[in-house]
Amino acid sequence: MLNLLYFASLREQLSTAQEQLEQEQNITNISTLKQMLAKRGGIWKATFEGSDIPLLVSINQQMADDHSNIKDGDEIAFFPPVTGG
Amino acid sequence: MLISVQQEDFDVSAITRQLCAQRKDIGAVASFTGLVRDQSATEDLVALELEHYPGMTQKALESIAEQAMQRWDVPDLAIVHRVGKLMPQDNIVLVVTISAHRKDAFDACAFLMDYLKTQAPFWKKEITREGESWVASRESDEQAAKSWEEK
Repeated sequence: MLNLLYFASLREQLSTAQEQLEQEQNITNISTLKQMLAKRGGIWKATFEGSDIPLLVSINQQMADDHSNIKDGDEIAFFPPVTGG
Repeated sequence: MLISVQQEDFDVSAITRQLCAQRKDIGAVASFTGLVRDQSATEDLVALELEHYPGMTQKALESIAEQAMQRWDVPDLAIVHRVGKLMPQDNIVLVVTISAHRKDAFDACAFLMDYLKTQAPFWKKEITREGESWVASRESDEQAAKSWEEK
């Protein structure tokens, strides 16, 4: 099971803060996970496939990128560029 | 190392006293306090809403703090970041660095702010009389953080 989190503008855009996903065998890294999410179509496709706004991702609270591998039980968060401080 | 993500306000002098207590090797204290400005990009700001990623913010700030302590002669420091709803003139963020000499304290303080702005998972939403909008990240902040890689 993968635990997915969405923050800030992304959470509002997708109307989703959190979801759990069964990890399918072909989902091995962030890139393939994004492709899978884009297949939902609509706003998901617009967000995870060729979005103009850079999308940041973390795995288990550490910054990651498209090539980072994922495994069962991981907490994966997607969010826009940070604007604290 | 004092790292805190909190809704409550903070007291710069109290935190500075805490960092320097029982120490005789400190000759310099540098601090930066970020406040909520009363003007957003377009409309008068009513409030700022600070969202964060609770599981990650503490870890991200600790990692930034460790980098600063490795790079400069800064035996201790504090980072306090507020979350939730903030009003114009409210404090948002505090960084305090202590050192034997001023240059290490100044540089570490500036580094911490530049890194915090681009690497810690906080997001600002501006609430104006006209509505709400998420603050966009700024290229100048990215450049400021990158500039430390070259030094």
